[in-house]
Amino acid sequence: MYEILTKEMLTPAICRMSVKAPRLAAAAQPGQFLIVRADEKGERIPLTISDYDAQQGSVTIVTQKIGASSADIIAFEPGESFADVVGPLGLPSEFVTMSPDELSRQRYILIAGGVGTAPVYPQAKWLKAHGVPVDVIIGAKTKDLLIYVEEMRSVCDNLFICTDDGSAGFKGMGTNMLEKVVADGHSYTQAVIIGPMIMMKFTTLTCRKLGIPAIVSLNTLMVDGTGMCGACRVSVGGKTRFACVEGPEFDGYEVDFDEAMRRQGQYRTEEAEANEKHVCKIGRGK
Amino acid sequence: MANRIPRVPVREQDPKVRATNFEEVCYGYNKEEALLEASRCLNCRNPRCMTACPVSLQIPRFIAQLAAGDIAGAAAVIAEDSSLPAVCGRVCPQETQCEGSCVLGVKGEPVAIGKLERFVADYSREAAGSSHDTVATSQAVPSGNTATLGTLRDGRKKVAVIGSGPAGLACASDLAKWGYDVTIFEALHKPGGVLEYGIPEFRLPKDKVLRHEIDAVRALGVKIETNVIVGRTITIDSLMDNEGFEAVFVGTGAGLPKFMNIPGENLNGVFSANEFLTRNNLMKAWREDYLTPIHAGKKVCVVGGGNVAMDAARTALRLGAEVHIVYRRTEAELPARREEVHHALQEGIIFDMLTNPIEVIGDEKGWVSALKCIRMELGEPDESGRRSPVPIPGSEFEIPTETVIMALGTSPNPLISRTTQGLETNRRGCLVADAAGATTRPGVFAGGDAVTGAATVILAMGAGRTAAKAIDAYLKGK
Repeated sequence: MYEILTKEMLTPAICRMSVKAPRLAAAAQPGQFLIVRADEKGERIPLTISDYDAQQGSVTIVTQKIGASSADIIAFEPGESFADVVGPLGLPSEFVTMSPDELSRQRYILIAGGVGTAPVYPQAKWLKAHGVPVDVIIGAKTKDLLIYVEEMRSVCDNLFICTDDGSAGFKGMGTNMLEKVVADGHSYTQAVIIGPMIMMKFTTLTCRKLGIPAIVSLNTLMVDGTGMCGACRVSVGGKTRFACVEGPEFDGYEVDFDEAMRRQGQYRTEEAEANEKHVCKIGRGK
Repeated sequence: MANRIPRVPVREQDPKVRATNFEEVCYGYNKEEALLEASRCLNCRNPRCMTACPVSLQIPRFIAQLAAGDIAGAAAVIAEDSSLPAVCGRVCPQETQCEGSCVLGVKGEPVAIGKLERFVADYSREAAGSSHDTVATSQAVPSGNTATLGTLRDGRKKVAVIGSGPAGLACASDLAKWGYDVTIFEALHKPGGVLEYGIPEFRLPKDKVLRHEIDAVRALGVKIETNVIVGRTITIDSLMDNEGFEAVFVGTGAGLPKFMNIPGENLNGVFSANEFLTRNNLMKAWREDYLTPIHAGKKVCVVGGGNVAMDAARTALRLGAEVHIVYRRTEAELPARREEVHHALQEGIIFDMLTNPIEVIGDEKGWVSALKCIRMELGEPDESGRRSPVPIPGSEFEIPTETVIMALGTSPNPLISRTTQGLETNRRGCLVADAAGATTRPGVFAGGDAVTGAATVILAMGAGRTAAKAIDAYLKGK
């Protein structure tokens, strides 16, 4: 069993938890993800790893309430345990395997959208710790949906905040923010974009326009996460790839985002039915 | 002593009824039927059935015990060589192994060895009630290696087994019986490998049958750690260097699905059989009380002709779809177990033979609307001896369908070979191992689908036992 050590609501719909999983915490690296199954009857939910502490044997996950399964995860309280937590899954970010020489030539811009801000945090932290220049853009619809602002400030050189409605930081989307940052004289060798599929699609287009290589992290459907089911297949450069074992990070220029978005919605009808029927019992009466 | 009576037929659920539920298809023999069938065995001096069995089950011996009414004795004989008799009795291709070699089969019907094995296992389990420590499995020692029992009691050597499918369970059982300290590492949240995620409930009941046999392996002292992906969570190197494991058995199976690489394969509604079956079996999508979504729709085409294709087709049927099996050769070449094909036909699965898909057609929203195929004819035999199918020019046609399930076989997962130093693979991605199971890295052994590519449960078990012997010899020589 995997005990929940801490829990806090970052927004009314976004929850941060640290969970005991010693083997996983010891192996995790930036860019990787894990799978949680809340209880015996739950789905296997892939979640990005927002932080890991090998000493304490814990990993941090950030979950947004979107359906019955994520609602079940959020319903857990410290002291209770998830049935299963497995990982780390996927390949670590490209920079983890770079030589010091290669790293010394990099200047990163990490662009985070919504709940995708959480997995950007360990990447910025790693880059900062390795002395690589790193700036971060956090974008959200509105001020109340911004997460990880203070945490991020301590692990990057420049933090740029933007909201669609202008309630915090720059008024505009991540794409507008990026254009402004570049126009202001910042230059980058590599962008990493993590957020909703549609946001990654358009931010990649902006990167292409600005001539910045872009890596995206694809949150596809998956069951096992080890290459077995093929639900996560995506077209990258015209070839079918499995996001779970060959990703989750791919060259954004090469990803067929329209196909990826369509495939993401494959079980929407079934899930809507499940959400209607589902009455969450977890954490009640304890 | 053998009776000249015909093979005792086995009772099954009515095809019309079972097509709508996930209850087990075959009821198996009752005691009376089993004893009668057992009495047909000639107890040959040179038992060809036993030679044909990949785990060398002592078939005439257990049948003789059964015929004499000693069911516990029969179970003890089986347990010497197999930890999974209730599984094997249900899923082995007996017609090409034990029963295919039975002398009675020359002029008539062979002894129903599989059904007898199943009866002995089921009867013992039910007799033992809720207790997992069954009569036989807890004390039995594998035949042919009795001398080693207890020799390692002090300072027991640690062996890691990767994968809790048939190969891993068989290997771990033998090693535990010989006194080794065995830990199985399983990537999924439940042990059993393909027995859990691949084979459907209606062929192999999970809670009633599979759980019990895995618990019996645990009762031998084998530890099972789930949610550990070797190659990600830990590595073979870390197990050997940091955790004190002196030998490792890799029984990770062949888990990666193959696709056809035809246009339209990434449309919504095209699934690998692995995904479809894992959602339904491991994740229990067929049960209302589980959250797992699954999509079958009104009409499903399953591409392929093996056991996995039959399982996917019969699962889709039970979820309410009209199901077609699309296969490029004829019924005679279907690689599936005969009983599965027979059951599928009985249940109303439609077989579109000599048909090969060339494209998946989608609608404007990106969902499957049809499977475009071409008619085939059988040409010259290929290297496997089977006549290879050749397309008939100009015979393209479309089968309207909502869902396409690809059941084209699987290949080994490269996670371990890529993360372990000195472990070689061949061109097909299978681990290179000698006949005893030794890989190219000292102390690391392998067997089952990870070495051979996709095969059967029983062959994997046989390979697991062979490797157990090699591991025992290796550790004694250390």
